[in-house]
Amino acid sequence: MAVFPSTAAAQAAGRTGRRTRKATGRGPGRTQRSAYLFIAPIALGFLVFYLWPLLQTFYFSFTSFGVFGGNTWVGGENYQRVVQDVTVGRALLNTLVYMAMGLVTLPVAIVLADLMNRPGLRGVSVYRALYFLPFITLPTAVGLVWNWLYNGDFGMVNEALSVIGVDGRYWVSDPSTAVYAIGTVMVWSQVGYYLIIFIAGIKAIPRDYYEAAQLDGAGPVRRFFRITLPLLSPSIFFASVICVINSLQQFDLIYVMMSPVNPALGSTQSIVTLFYKWAFEENSQGGAAALAFLLMLLIAGLTYLQFRFQKRWVHYA
Amino acid sequence: MPEPTPRAGRPARAGRVDPGTLATHAVLSLGALVMLFPFVWQLLTAFKTMPESVRVPPTFLPQNWDTAAFSEVFTALPFAEMLGNSALNTLGRTLGQLVFCSLAAYAFARMQFRGKNVLFAVFLSVLMVPAQLLILPQHEIIQRLGLLNSVPALFLPGMFSAFGTFLLRQFFMALPKELEEAARIDGAGPLRIFWSIMLPLVRPALAALAVITAMWSWNDLLWPLVVNTDPTTMPISAGLASLEGQFVTNYPVLMAGSLVASLPMLILYVLLQRHFVQGIALSGSKG
Repeated sequence: MAVFPSTAAAQAAGRTGRRTRKATGRGPGRTQRSAYLFIAPIALGFLVFYLWPLLQTFYFSFTSFGVFGGNTWVGGENYQRVVQDVTVGRALLNTLVYMAMGLVTLPVAIVLADLMNRPGLRGVSVYRALYFLPFITLPTAVGLVWNWLYNGDFGMVNEALSVIGVDGRYWVSDPSTAVYAIGTVMVWSQVGYYLIIFIAGIKAIPRDYYEAAQLDGAGPVRRFFRITLPLLSPSIFFASVICVINSLQQFDLIYVMMSPVNPALGSTQSIVTLFYKWAFEENSQGGAAALAFLLMLLIAGLTYLQFRFQKRWVHYA
Repeated sequence: MPEPTPRAGRPARAGRVDPGTLATHAVLSLGALVMLFPFVWQLLTAFKTMPESVRVPPTFLPQNWDTAAFSEVFTALPFAEMLGNSALNTLGRTLGQLVFCSLAAYAFARMQFRGKNVLFAVFLSVLMVPAQLLILPQHEIIQRLGLLNSVPALFLPGMFSAFGTFLLRQFFMALPKELEEAARIDGAGPLRIFWSIMLPLVRPALAALAVITAMWSWNDLLWPLVVNTDPTTMPISAGLASLEGQFVTNYPVLMAGSLVASLPMLILYVLLQRHFVQGIALSGSKG
């Protein structure tokens, strides 16, 4: 999965990178040998559990699993199925809805981080701890709690809506609302994560900029758009890359919130829940493998596009 | 990350309250309420009886704090065993990552050896691959090893992390070179230098890695669903999902179960909040 070292770590890396390395030349045989020994355990683990499986999945994607074991070569049949199957198109569409809702989390988190950055504001660490709480909570538990809140007959969401005179709904079993209901829970559980990234980003902006802008008569809104947003753009870029990667792999909440008999099941299925269904419930490993490659292409493609277009809006100081 | 002492809720000196500050608190408190309410409702529902939970209009506080739902959770499923499995899974992955990642990270950061760049590129590629792409063969390997429905199945692949290696490598790279040289002149071997001199210096990074690895391990659902289908070997994440199948709309039981299942991580969060925040700020996504 993707990783982006923090700016602090990256700076530290840059610092040491400038130094020349030569002292290790002493006794190269011994150092080399121990270096290999240091790397051996994890290299073995990667080989067995990551690299070999990657090749195998690639092979699987061109085969069909027999009921009694053994796989037969079927060429591009699995990929053809992936491209033609309407449920894949549906899952792709749902996944893009989750991604769009995930991206909506970012502006919310930016505004919250900006509010928490108000000079002299008290209780910031309490707010931060509370907003972050859902992110560390077991997703299975989060799904169950929200199913209860969304319950059509006794749920608190309908209860709260009735106060302002809005009619209740069966949020997670109504095909027209279920995907948004689940997406909302994703937003709820992730906003604290992005908040932490943006708080760190805003803290790194020199206070003088704000003071200078204030002296020049810039109001809070103007300061937000002219100072905070541009100087936060590296953090926003980082967050949006992470957000796209994570949203495209949604599984836990959908799996937990949607029972197998839910009428809205089809309209909430993501690529990964479909993958799970094909691979482990319908015994269609070849199709699942092809689907996984489609997902990887999607992730790689969207990540590439983001890196490609970052020059247009990301300002590195 | 030090913060000014939090004194939430106390209004800033009554009389001359800045309206901007007040509005900020209003917005942030409203948001905090949205964040917190599901937890509150979970707790309150867990202590209600089934009929009380569906009463119209609903009661807010439970009438007599009934604990039957909790005992039902533990009798319907081997919940205690599942908690134990989760703990072992978390421990196995976290210890594995700390040991394997720090060794490799140190070698990549501080040692010269042939093929370093190629190996590093291979590690980088592991990082880019989404987990779903590996699950089918990983499942097959666990099956071949005869480990399906066992605790090691839960933590085996997760002990090796490219993310952890990269994270620690950055920290090792930032350490001054003189430390190692002095130790080498004193005749210390590579393992000794690593273990007693360098490793203690990256302790904050190790703590951050440990905490976020623990969180991802405890919360992981997809992999356990795939390898351990027997209730006695399931971790709590998967166990809780199967509780849902049994008590479809018995929300007091489901809330009691979800409370018990998420409590260990919540306690860890309260105790080690600083490391959580640091770990999250350092990491991008799950690893």
